[in-house]
Amino acid sequence: MFTALFVMTGIALVLGAGLGFASIKFKVEGDPLVDKIDAILPQTQCGQCGFPGCRPYATAIAGGEAEINQCPPGGEEGIRKLADLLGREFKPLSEEHGVEKPKSVAIIDENTCIGCTLCIQACPVDAIVGAAKQMHTIVASECTGCELCLAPCPVDCITMEPIAETVDTWKWRYPVFQIAPAALDTARQEA
Amino acid sequence: MINSPFVRKAASVQSVMLQVLLALVPGIAAYVWFFGAGILVQIAIASAAALAGEAAMLAIRGKPKAIFLTDLSAIVTAWLIALTFPPIAPWWLTVTGTLLAVVVVKQLYGGLGQNPFNPAMAAFCLMIVAYPALMSQWPAAGQLDFKTQLDLIFGGLRQVDAITGATPLDALRTALRAAANPDSQVHGLRAAQLMDGPAFGFLGGKGSEWIALGYLVGGLWLIQRRIITWHIPFAFCGALLVTAGLLWGVRPDAFASPVFHLASGGAMLGAFFILTDPVSGATTPRGKLLFAAGAAVLTYVIRTFGAYPDGIAFATLLMNILVPIIDMKTQAPVFGHKKD
Amino acid sequence: MLRKLFKFHGGVKPQTNKEQSTTAPIAAVPLPDRLVIPLHQAVGGHPRPLVQPGDRVFKGQRIGGADGSLSSAVHASTSGLVRAVAPAVMPHTSGLTTLSVIIEPDGEDRWGELDKVNYRSTPPDELRDFLRDAGVVGLGGAVFPSYAKLKPGKEGKLKTLVINGAECEPFITCDDMLMRERAGDMLKGILAMRHMLQAEEVLIGIEDNKPQAVAAVQAAIAASGQSGIEAVAIPTRYPAGGAKQLIRVLTGIEVPHGRRSTDFGVQCFNVGTAYSIYEALELGRPLISRLVTVAGNVNAPRNYDVLIGTPMDHLVRLAGPRADTDRYIMGGPMMGVRMPAFDVPVVKATNCILVGSEAMFPAPAPEMPCIRCGECAKACPADLAPFELYWFSRSKNFGKAQEYHLFDCIECGCCSFVCPSHIPLVDYYRFSKSEIWAREREKEAADAARDRFEFKNHRQEREKLEKAEKLAAKAAATREKVAADGATAPAPGSDAATPAKPAPDAAKRALIEAAMEKARQQKAQAAPKNTDQLSPDVQAEIADIEARREIVAKPAASPLPPQDA
Repeated sequence: MFTALFVMTGIALVLGAGLGFASIKFKVEGDPLVDKIDAILPQTQCGQCGFPGCRPYATAIAGGEAEINQCPPGGEEGIRKLADLLGREFKPLSEEHGVEKPKSVAIIDENTCIGCTLCIQACPVDAIVGAAKQMHTIVASECTGCELCLAPCPVDCITMEPIAETVDTWKWRYPVFQIAPAALDTARQEA
Repeated sequence: MINSPFVRKAASVQSVMLQVLLALVPGIAAYVWFFGAGILVQIAIASAAALAGEAAMLAIRGKPKAIFLTDLSAIVTAWLIALTFPPIAPWWLTVTGTLLAVVVVKQLYGGLGQNPFNPAMAAFCLMIVAYPALMSQWPAAGQLDFKTQLDLIFGGLRQVDAITGATPLDALRTALRAAANPDSQVHGLRAAQLMDGPAFGFLGGKGSEWIALGYLVGGLWLIQRRIITWHIPFAFCGALLVTAGLLWGVRPDAFASPVFHLASGGAMLGAFFILTDPVSGATTPRGKLLFAAGAAVLTYVIRTFGAYPDGIAFATLLMNILVPIIDMKTQAPVFGHKKD
Repeated sequence: MLRKLFKFHGGVKPQTNKEQSTTAPIAAVPLPDRLVIPLHQAVGGHPRPLVQPGDRVFKGQRIGGADGSLSSAVHASTSGLVRAVAPAVMPHTSGLTTLSVIIEPDGEDRWGELDKVNYRSTPPDELRDFLRDAGVVGLGGAVFPSYAKLKPGKEGKLKTLVINGAECEPFITCDDMLMRERAGDMLKGILAMRHMLQAEEVLIGIEDNKPQAVAAVQAAIAASGQSGIEAVAIPTRYPAGGAKQLIRVLTGIEVPHGRRSTDFGVQCFNVGTAYSIYEALELGRPLISRLVTVAGNVNAPRNYDVLIGTPMDHLVRLAGPRADTDRYIMGGPMMGVRMPAFDVPVVKATNCILVGSEAMFPAPAPEMPCIRCGECAKACPADLAPFELYWFSRSKNFGKAQEYHLFDCIECGCCSFVCPSHIPLVDYYRFSKSEIWAREREKEAADAARDRFEFKNHRQEREKLEKAEKLAAKAAATREKVAADGATAPAPGSDAATPAKPAPDAAKRALIEAAMEKARQQKAQAAPKNTDQLSPDVQAEIADIEARREIVAKPAASPLPPQDA
């Protein structure tokens, strides 16, 4: 009777120590899922998802508080990646959060700009330089195309310009696969 | 738009398959010479069934028919089925086997290039499990005339047991097991002496050894044409010789000789035509060696210790399962990354 | 002399079609009406334009200056008038434009001042700068700036300098003709490179289907009396002219992807590059022309000495294109690129204009599924498993494709050439590669944006904190002051029972007043903005912002200096 008790206690102690050791040894810093989701999000920080930035949205997705289809800049491909990562069903982009647009940068019309600094405050990535009553300029290489600077501008001098394709960014297209469509059509007709 | 290269070698799936078919001709010729023209009827039946099954599946799948029916891959499968099934198998057996191969094992997996298993061998295994008796009845060389064969194929005559026997492989195994029994008349006889019967020839089965030679000739031609590489036939024959040689060397009275194994059953057909099927086989040079050697050992084990007349089919399927991992683990080092 | 040669794996033997264009000697080309010289012709940074529309330029005048750590200059190919510096369609599959200098020749073809340099007495660094400004780049097709390759490895010297005269692509014969006709001068260029690299031996690899070129180079070597230089005939097998393959054949060394060949004691240059180095150093002429083979669907295939910027159709017309011509291919049939237009300019990378028609280069038969026959793996000169790369590329499994060494692929086209299923394998690899590069760019941009966003948040937090501290300090000061005032002049009529209460009241009131005053001031400051004629939306927005302005810290207005545009 006592032997059994001792044995059970012993086992409990050993296993408990093991678990305790494992929890220290294999402790996971932070929430890796949020990082993984955040890595997929395009980091435009545009807030179109309804959250103040990409990371809060990632946290919300990880916590099950947000759908995966609320990120227009990430587009369909982004949603697919999120669906893959989270094992959720793919959904088309939610319309209330916006539409997928070609990647753009903001351009300030320098003749119209009054130097109010409102856009500078709105820019989430500090991609606008200028000072009060001085003309502002956008650092195109840092601009994420989030459009957050459009609304605050009192004189509507900011426009979005789609980024033109250059030889450096040009991509080979996916090879047209399989037998010519014509052949396929005739086959369908035959069938 | 078409990009470079703008020139291409004149090669096609069709020409590859055609050369495989041509390479089978010497073996088939020997088959006809020793066993009669019934095999040609079987080949015709299997080919027709394969094309019909393929056409139906292509229609259902909405794939272009002309191009896939003329790629000859279904015909290769059909011929292999005809050549591995007993020549006097009833027509429906051949048709069912062929349809299973083409419809289930090939097309349901995605058609040409997508099947993980060798269709002909998968069909053989399914049929031998379903119809063990019909799949184990082989006539001896020169035993049946063409008329009798036709009768057997088309169901006119069905007293199979009376006129057929087991394959030489089967016969020898039975005899060896009998020889091991002290009560038996043949007790104490060695394998070489047991092979003195009418079913046996110089090396293997009477007649079938010449068919094996025909396959060997065709297979060597395929290597010369660079359709297949030497790896699989070499590794298969080598591993079969070594495995059989080891056991035969230890107890020559209880095991058949390595040469007998090589010359009997489907060994040559397997080495040059079945295991070399690129779709279901290993692709890296080292992988091919492993794949074929594994198949040889399994073949030997099934032949010697199993209950089926030949082991090639099961061995092939078992090794097909391992192909992805063999390929993954045997990727050769690329240019500049080789260790000297 | 017999030298031990090595083999590379795979390779193919397409019909060479080289005889047609080697019957006639190299010909000159009459000046075209217009030269279009793209500024970005070589690997590396985009050169910046040095001329403006309306400028007169001399032949050989620098019109594009090297920019960045790896870049190569560009020169006017003839004397004339700069008509425009504008984007023009470039000889690239994409059909995109690139900034180009468009020159109207004045017909005089007048050279500017030419600086020669004695390479034996000039320090290597200066020589490299000289070659960069002379625009010398690899003329085998890769157009990598040569100066960057003319650095010996860590040891300060090189074991083997490999000169590439293999020219394995079908149809192309410009290197062959160069070696036949200009072997002596080419050798001078090679000697200069040998000097710069301190190379022990020089091996000139030439495919054995060019016996005349081998003989000419051997004769030139004999005439020069130099030792340690050898012209080696190598077996004809495509792609023996790939730099890595040639190095392997001649020295047995395999240079892995992503490693510099100088680390292995070898370096490889094209024969055409050697010739242009001779021109640059000994004649002072920058790279403004090159040999171009015009072959294929033309009546008289031939090699021409062509000014960079010459429109391709101007050149092809000399060779007599046949009526059914429907495409130009820059390069050979194995690796060439189809041109988006007929009038794109000849650039430094143009070794051949292959004139084509549907009859000459018919579209491949329909693509069939891969049957894993392994033909491609047998043909791959980089020892890859092309069909595996194809599966991964097709399913967009880019990680796996990279694991199977996608980037070791040199896009030689051997796999597509042999594929019995007619799969455009190389197109799949090109797609995968550009997709991977695009993703890397996107990832870098996203990471940068994340960093900047986090920094901005951090900065705002800090400013808020600082502001709060400042306010607290100010409030404390005010309270002290008010308390001090209250102490010296207590409010009249205060009750003795509650002596302490009025003081805080007064303090609070004083604080509020101070804040309101400040708000008034701020409002006055912010008011004069051009707020008239605004839509109600914007006005609401402004009101909103003004409200925030009172809360948000003033220093939030970035103190960055104004940027001039």
